[in-house]
Amino acid sequence: MPISVILAQALLGLNVGVFYAMLSLGLAVIFGLLNIINFAHGAMYMLGAFVALIGYSYLEQWFGISAQIGFWGSLIVAPLVVGALGVLIERTMLKRLYDLDHIYGLLLTFGITLILQGLFSNYFNVAGTPYPATPDVLNGVMNLGFMYFPTYRIFAIVFSLVVCFVTWYVIEHTRLGSRLRAGVENPQLTQAFGINVPVMITLTFGFGAALAGLAGVLAAPIYSVSPLMGADLIIVVFAVVVIGGMGSIMGAILSGLALGLIEGLTKVIYPPAASTVIFFLMVLVLLFRPAGLFGKEK
Amino acid sequence: MVKQWMKGLAGVAGVIGLSCSLNATAGGLSNDTVKIGVLSDMSGVYKALEGPGARLAAKMAIDDFGGTMMGKKIELISADHQNKADIGASIAREWIDSKNVDMIVGLDNSAVGLAVQGLASDKKTITMATGPATAALTEAQCSKYGIHYVYDTHALPVGTATAIVKNGGKKWFFITADYTFGHALQDSTSAVVKNLGGEVVGSVNAPLGTTDFSSYLLQAQASGADVVGLANAGQDTVNSIKQANQFRIVQSGQKLAGMLVFITDVKSMGLDIAKGLQFTTAFVWNQSDEAKKWSQRYYDQQGAMPTMVQAGVYSAVLHYLEAVKAAGTDNSDTVRKQLGEMTLNDFFVKDGKIVANGLMMHDMYLVKVKTPEESKSDWDLLEVVSRIPADQAYIPVSESACPLLK
Repeated sequence: MPISVILAQALLGLNVGVFYAMLSLGLAVIFGLLNIINFAHGAMYMLGAFVALIGYSYLEQWFGISAQIGFWGSLIVAPLVVGALGVLIERTMLKRLYDLDHIYGLLLTFGITLILQGLFSNYFNVAGTPYPATPDVLNGVMNLGFMYFPTYRIFAIVFSLVVCFVTWYVIEHTRLGSRLRAGVENPQLTQAFGINVPVMITLTFGFGAALAGLAGVLAAPIYSVSPLMGADLIIVVFAVVVIGGMGSIMGAILSGLALGLIEGLTKVIYPPAASTVIFFLMVLVLLFRPAGLFGKEK
Repeated sequence: MVKQWMKGLAGVAGVIGLSCSLNATAGGLSNDTVKIGVLSDMSGVYKALEGPGARLAAKMAIDDFGGTMMGKKIELISADHQNKADIGASIAREWIDSKNVDMIVGLDNSAVGLAVQGLASDKKTITMATGPATAALTEAQCSKYGIHYVYDTHALPVGTATAIVKNGGKKWFFITADYTFGHALQDSTSAVVKNLGGEVVGSVNAPLGTTDFSSYLLQAQASGADVVGLANAGQDTVNSIKQANQFRIVQSGQKLAGMLVFITDVKSMGLDIAKGLQFTTAFVWNQSDEAKKWSQRYYDQQGAMPTMVQAGVYSAVLHYLEAVKAAGTDNSDTVRKQLGEMTLNDFFVKDGKIVANGLMMHDMYLVKVKTPEESKSDWDLLEVVSRIPADQAYIPVSESACPLLK
């Protein structure tokens, strides 16, 4: 097996891995702080891609606004829109479920997912609409020596890695982050110190949703924009979070990247197993380290 | 006297028969109408090659026929099968059972095509499959009322694979749409390749509607094959060829072979990416003056030139209506018999024959995508390399595995 083949598939695996990492990061943040298993995370990802598509192609037709939001604009607008929707969902619905079992949050967010998917399937085709506005500067191809790789994919990998590590840094190494972590550890005591925990929780949920929306924008030029794009991904991302450890920030990032790589390399060794290798690993982790590779046993 | 009495009795029997059964054995039109259903992928990966364009083509055929049959209205309905066999079958069931549809045309997905043809056949309803490729429609799963009209998985590789192997493309690797169509196309292409002394070094299955072909393409690249055969269609083909370009597959020395390519795919890829690609088709819009004239009318309403499937829908519907008229009834048995006796001639087909297993035998063409310099207009994309006579393109009826012929 030539080394260039392995490197090529590894790079593609990393490309998938950054999306796993960004999504599982959002899920882990939300689970860590809110104890909510957010099934709607995939729908938020899909929504991010659609905000980018609608912003570019449908503003005039649907809203009578003669403007276009390009790719760079979407990187800012889409997370804001999706994050705002996240805040709305948390304030109006999720908030009421905090005292109940996890399963209620999961069912509610699953329902939200079905509604959003159904809504978009009504207006857009399920097979996917190509995103038309990839900037010219990213449209080229780079010669990496061992293979040619589309410039856009390199950009997506680097950009996502930066976002992941900035998020990790903010949560683990800043004052804001330490308050967040304190809120997770002991909400009553943190509140007693004069920190507004409910507002923090709302913003955290919004931030998690915004991360998913951002991942959606980044995914749009590679994969087509489709109402089911999140549903295809969310199950894998849940497996990633389970492997990394529920609530562990670094665990989510590292296991996302690692599992993308493993999936890519499986395609070299035994292609038919590529779609199941992650779940196989999940079973192993659950058997031997039930709290996940980076999680703490409670 | 007795004769007259008998005549009267026959007439009464006819009326009773007509009112009791949709497919009455007596003459005339069931339910006082001829109803044609276009069942196609209206929103997914195959939308561009059949879809709404097929509905337009069927409407044009009905209008050109005059819009009425024996003084009664000809109706057209359409639906989206979403590339799902169960959805396609349940729409077909509803159409036949409660909407009195006489003929179903389209079915651009082999899984849907097989399901609907089987169901319609049980209910004695004619299907004219213009979209699906699998040769099983007229071979192992042939039916008395099923007609396969435009192309099949046997005809496609005959021209394309032969030309490529003869040009030195001996080692093949396949990227295959993972359902009945893709596998059938891969099998028949492999057979052609091996027959000519070539070999198949590997294959990988990609689900229908895959958007990211990169890892499959890299597997193909790593296989060391001369030729990457694409046993897929529609948006899948467009995505794989576009991404092959992004990963510089062709520039690194491999050749791409689209086993089923439509003119709309070429348009969507652009000539820069598609130039030089060879494939087999039943129809090119500018192959004759007659074809150009019809295609221009289609273009004026659809904004795109017709694919072989869309042109085939027009031809199939028009010949069906002519058969109903000649037979004086829409009874499926009579019309099917009539269709078998006709020689089909229009801008789409020359001297076509519908044989006993339902296959419409006609010539095919090996075409090549023009370079941007050769192309003289927006849709001037293809150049005919050679004509493949019907008896070479299709499985001769004498060798057919169709159980009906046994």
